[in-house]
Amino acid sequence: MKIDPLKNWLDERLSLSAIFAMAEKKEVPLHSQSIWYYFGGMTLFLFSVQVVTGILLLLYYRPSAENAFESVQFIITEVKFGWLIRSIHSWSANLMIATLFIHMFSVFFLRAYYPPREITWVSGAVLLFIVICFGFSGYLLPWNKLAFFATKVGTEIAGVVPIVGRPVLRFLRGGDDVTGATLTRFFGFHVAVLPATATVFIFIHVLLVQMHGMHVPHKYEKTYQRMKFFPNFILRDLIGWILAIGVLAALAALFPWELGEKADPFAPAPAGIKPEWYFLFMFQTLKWLPAKILGMDGEVLGIMAFNLIALLLFVVPFIDRSPENRRRRIIFNTCGVFALLYIVVMTIVGYLT
Amino acid sequence: MSYSPHLSYLSHVIVMLILCVSAQAQNKSSCIECHIKLEDTRLSAPAKLFDNDIHKSRGLSCNDCHGGDPNATTKESAKDPGKGYLGKPKTLDIPAYCGKCHSDANLMKRFNPSLRVDQEREYYTSVHGKLLKEKNEARVATCISCHSVHGIRAPNDPLSSVYPTNVAETCSKCHASSDYMKPFGIPSDQFANYKTSVHAKALYEKQDLSAPTCNDCHGNHGATPPGIPSVANVCGQCHARQAELFQTSPHKAAFDQKQFGECITCHSNHAITKPSDEMIGTQQGALCINCHSSGDKGFAAAGMMRSRIDELIAGIDRSTAILDQAERKGMEVSKPKFDLKGATDALTHARVLIHSSSTAEVDKVVGPGLEVAGKGYQAGLAALGEWRFRRKGLAVSLFFILFLAALVYLKIRQIESRQAARQQM
Repeated sequence: MKIDPLKNWLDERLSLSAIFAMAEKKEVPLHSQSIWYYFGGMTLFLFSVQVVTGILLLLYYRPSAENAFESVQFIITEVKFGWLIRSIHSWSANLMIATLFIHMFSVFFLRAYYPPREITWVSGAVLLFIVICFGFSGYLLPWNKLAFFATKVGTEIAGVVPIVGRPVLRFLRGGDDVTGATLTRFFGFHVAVLPATATVFIFIHVLLVQMHGMHVPHKYEKTYQRMKFFPNFILRDLIGWILAIGVLAALAALFPWELGEKADPFAPAPAGIKPEWYFLFMFQTLKWLPAKILGMDGEVLGIMAFNLIALLLFVVPFIDRSPENRRRRIIFNTCGVFALLYIVVMTIVGYLT
Repeated sequence: MSYSPHLSYLSHVIVMLILCVSAQAQNKSSCIECHIKLEDTRLSAPAKLFDNDIHKSRGLSCNDCHGGDPNATTKESAKDPGKGYLGKPKTLDIPAYCGKCHSDANLMKRFNPSLRVDQEREYYTSVHGKLLKEKNEARVATCISCHSVHGIRAPNDPLSSVYPTNVAETCSKCHASSDYMKPFGIPSDQFANYKTSVHAKALYEKQDLSAPTCNDCHGNHGATPPGIPSVANVCGQCHARQAELFQTSPHKAAFDQKQFGECITCHSNHAITKPSDEMIGTQQGALCINCHSSGDKGFAAAGMMRSRIDELIAGIDRSTAILDQAERKGMEVSKPKFDLKGATDALTHARVLIHSSSTAEVDKVVGPGLEVAGKGYQAGLAALGEWRFRRKGLAVSLFFILFLAALVYLKIRQIESRQAARQQM
């Protein structure tokens, strides 16, 4: 066959047969909770959609206060299928954050961070913050009214943190106020700094998953069956990805992402301004906190508390290390359920009020 | 004459001493001390009101207007004509009384260099001033009738009786009283009419201080009815373009000949309502048919101008409706919506050009306006077409996507049944 010489040529140089052999051997545990294994792959797929649509948007997007809004307007009105690319980019970003949260909570409740998977968890937590930064920086890029004021409020919140707050605020904004300099800066983070960092951490995260394999929850350790990763699992993944493309196409066509009005730094902030849904629970918490708690600024305390929770997220696998400690497991489950309920309830409250 | 710096220094010291003594005396005015305790409110009110008076804030006191000695300890000594005591001035003397200072440019510079000093002179050109001076008519308005007395505030103080939002009320104290106006033979419905006007709505409801009130058209100190020849000039101060167009229109000569007040013939004077398109045309209720009738040139022009304006309104409405419809469906139409403002601007311009009474002039802006509206409509049609295309495209795409997913699913089943068969072997 004609393909053989090429295959051999590549095999000699890339050791393809070794990779294929490994892929053939690779297996995925099969039990009643296996459904959660698909969310990591789905998040990665949506990230790939972001990369592709992001590159396409870059062909027309112009990152300056004078041109950003007009260039996005041009993309969605004049460029052939520009509306589709832009809407898919926005919808996919939101779905990616949703699947990432599902992935994180499933890993948490199934205890997939037990040794030796601590670094997998930590790299995942880093990726969570990178994705949130992607969302925050990308939101400003169309330079519309809502994005402008959301960035203003968001950076102001960062600014109230004691000692480092003010320099962080100035660093994020590129000055004292949200201006064209902030937009250029956020564009730089969004298309260069964050993708580069994300690529490194995704590589580490996926590599570790391959090295350690999928975690089997304690409950199923003796009863679980196995499924071949290739092709059984990957084809199931593929169905999910194909359906995700369908969902994205439907969302983009039926609910095209709005552009709104161009940002006007001299206009008053619109009434009832709210951040993106994944920041809403924090925003609502800060709104409800009293101005003073034990003589300290309520907002500062709230932000410090969220920072502390974020730090705790990183040390989870170093505190809860074994299924043997039943008491600790109950505490962790309670904390997880409480956090999940808190996020859901506060997001709904924030959305409705 | 030689100039001595020592002498100059000495004179400064003396002036300072006088000012200090004066300030001290002012702080302990016996006029205020006595009057404020009097039971008769006519006599105690001035002392109380003076606390908020602009003259007090500028360092003046009772004796600066009324003379007398504020340092005296007895009534007789304080009101001693020998000490320049003048007492309460007669109505006829009030303009000159205030004018002692307010007509003195050198004196007024000390307090407010930008304040005019011709109020007294102007007052005597007003109907009020003429009646006062020539007929000794004491019932007319003088300075204190409008500015109040003892509690006088700066005109830019919102509590002042001559602050823009208070002027009409102040004038109405006399002019809305039919009994008071009867001897002068003038109507008393101006204030009631003004309150229904577009100007009053702008002033009171929008708090637009640039909206005209009585003094903006009649003058303040020189208040007088503008008279037919001057009305257009008065309105033209703000409505300059309309006035300019009217001057070049065929109506100008006709109105002059018939002795019609230019603007007020169509818009009235105090009860000026918001102009509407119904005012022009040949239909029932249009103002044009008050003078023009079927068959004359003006009648045809009025009908034509109205139909052109209606045409533009219909074009704008049609485009707005289709763009709104597209926007509700999630289409991005902000640019064509913004461009449509060009048609709205043309409509505003056309409504102004009516004052030229020229169909050709109105046509010059209606034509391009219709073109802009047409483009907006086409943009709306294109957006709706795009919306339909997206839906159809989605249906086709979803068919292929689901088909592909089904194929993969079947492939999995095929692979797994083969794997199961292999395991059983």
